[in-house]
Amino acid sequence: MFKLVKQLTSLVAMFAVLFAFSTETMAAKKSKTLENTKKRGFVRCGVSQGLPGFSNADESGNWTGIDVDVCRAVAAATLGDATKVKFTPLSAKERFTALTSGEIDILSRNTTWTLSRDADIGLTFVGVNFYDGQGFMVRKGSGIASTSEFKNGTSVCTNLGTTTELNMRDFFDSKGISYEPVVFEKADEVVAAYDAGRCDTYTTDKSGLAAQRTKLSAPDDHVVLPETISKEPLGPVVRQGDSVWEDIVRWSLNTMIEAEEYGVNSSNADMMKTSNNPAIKRLVGAEGELGAAFGLDNDWNLRIIKQVGNYGESYKRNIADTGILPDRGPNELWTKGGILYVPPAR
Amino acid sequence: MNNIIKRYIPQILAILFVVLIFGFLTLNAQTNMDNRGIDFGFGFLSQESSFDVQFSLIEYSGSDSYARAFLVGLLNTLLVSFISIIICTILGVIIGVARLSSNYLIKNSAAWYVEFFRNIPLLLQIFFWYYAALRALPMPEKADAWFGVTYMTVKGYYIPAMVWENLNVFLYCGLAAIIAIIVLRNYANKLRDTQGKQIPVLLYSVGLLIVLPLLSFLLGGVSLEFEIPELKKLSKISYIYEGGISLPPELIALVLALSLYTSTFVAECVRAGIEGVSKGQKEAAASVGLTPNQVLKLVIMPQALRIIIPPTTNQYLNLTKNSSLAAAIAYPDLVLVFAGTALMQTGKAIEIVSITMLTYLTISLTIAAIMNWYNKKIEIKEK
Repeated sequence: MFKLVKQLTSLVAMFAVLFAFSTETMAAKKSKTLENTKKRGFVRCGVSQGLPGFSNADESGNWTGIDVDVCRAVAAATLGDATKVKFTPLSAKERFTALTSGEIDILSRNTTWTLSRDADIGLTFVGVNFYDGQGFMVRKGSGIASTSEFKNGTSVCTNLGTTTELNMRDFFDSKGISYEPVVFEKADEVVAAYDAGRCDTYTTDKSGLAAQRTKLSAPDDHVVLPETISKEPLGPVVRQGDSVWEDIVRWSLNTMIEAEEYGVNSSNADMMKTSNNPAIKRLVGAEGELGAAFGLDNDWNLRIIKQVGNYGESYKRNIADTGILPDRGPNELWTKGGILYVPPAR
Repeated sequence: MNNIIKRYIPQILAILFVVLIFGFLTLNAQTNMDNRGIDFGFGFLSQESSFDVQFSLIEYSGSDSYARAFLVGLLNTLLVSFISIIICTILGVIIGVARLSSNYLIKNSAAWYVEFFRNIPLLLQIFFWYYAALRALPMPEKADAWFGVTYMTVKGYYIPAMVWENLNVFLYCGLAAIIAIIVLRNYANKLRDTQGKQIPVLLYSVGLLIVLPLLSFLLGGVSLEFEIPELKKLSKISYIYEGGISLPPELIALVLALSLYTSTFVAECVRAGIEGVSKGQKEAAASVGLTPNQVLKLVIMPQALRIIIPPTTNQYLNLTKNSSLAAAIAYPDLVLVFAGTALMQTGKAIEIVSITMLTYLTISLTIAAIMNWYNKKIEIKEK
């Protein structure tokens, strides 16, 4: 009887996901996702519903941001054209289902890499494109200068379905403070409720706070507290089961970071082909057969650098120049005191 | 023999078809989940949830299990549905009767009310009551007291909490009063049937309901104190009320939107029911000497209810299902807590969505069963 009930329950819910599942099989060296992407002519990329600096659409529907650039890099590498990306805006709640059900092929949506997400739910994280941490924003007039000044009964606005909810609980629990979590599905709703005075503080990743602050009616009346209560390594995610596609996405991101390390950027990439440094030559496809490992041609990385730029360019264009987080902090190269460090492309 | 085959073969084929489709879907989902390394199972329900919920009817913290988080969400859904159903019924009956009024102003205001609220999408109404009303409400420190002790603020409606002593004695007295009323009613009916005597049952009932619980205060050692909300400073500019009960603005906005919206449909059901009873019935009842009150109670309403109940049941079901829009404004209902946060933290999409669907199905079927039972009870009993 129990078994029957169990099966029945599974049946009912499967309806929703079923038709999204394609009949993908695992190929040893060939990537089904890559083949489908080439056939389709565009990369299917899941992004946020609007987070300035990370993934944000302007009025004419052009997406920009460092998360967007990861997908553009993959499109440049696989299809030869960084603009051939179809962006699907997803809420935090929808994002993993969209990826596992095959609606998108890359999830590049300021998603925190955690053990349970990586191991449990059929996902694979390919790297980190932004090192973040959770913080709190409060009204300047409140005089609160540190999280240690929070009192019992503080109401906290945040997003649904994020690690934020868990960190917040750990934080307030460890401090022994009782709080009221007010949890919304969309970031815009959180901002609206916080703006209306529903909550005393707004918590999410610090980059998110910096970006959302610009949406408040009076941004200058609000301040992000200095403390960081968690580690939030954000990065692109792919479905489990297609290791070649996983490698393509991983190394597209790594190429951008390594290009910055070796001083290769969108304007000098072509000239670098004649560089004396073999590492640089490999980066621009002038030496070695690196693309063959993924079933790509040898100019895949050159195209990424030329069309999207290196990580530094992407950061400057999307996050620094827009005034969101001018200081790169931990997101600086390891050679310059940050923690951005990628394995060598060779 | 031929007939039997003719009758059963299509049915058997239909069943086979359904079973095959479901079998295929299960198999397909299982293969795909295996390919992606997704496990299927309900073991997560006993794991620690590690997230907090804003508003809960039962004790709950992040160290409780996902199963308890489910219960918290379920109770919140039931709470908002229950309150909204009661309010929408009361409002609906008033508006429905008002539409039949001969007073031009009352009749047309009621008609406008119905047309206005039923023709705006519910989600927009929820957003309106939440965001528009929220912005209009004062901050806690600036709120004026309503009825002296309650405060309506942007952070919620603060009301005094009741602190009981010997609550069980009080409840027993209440129960005793209800039993006494039932006995009294039966006795009154018998008296009317056998001797034709009428006794004012309603008056006695109200009396019993007041006197017995009151006695429990005087003799049973029951005492009731009120804990009044008091303003507390959180920071230079932010305050809350402490003590008492806080009803979150999300709950209030949701109840308002749901009950105003559904009351329009209930009003139309009520109007249809009353108009459905033929005029002759009323005239006939009056002609046998019943008072206008008795005409309404004994002749019109029993017949009108038969028309009103089935469509109104639909509205109650709709309301309960619509309450899942709560997730849009951060009211921690079943969808937000369980199919939202819990789903995200565990990644058990199929399990959680199916539990949630089954839960809504169960709630709806229960409401339908209760209403059907009531409908059976009041339908014409042919003798």
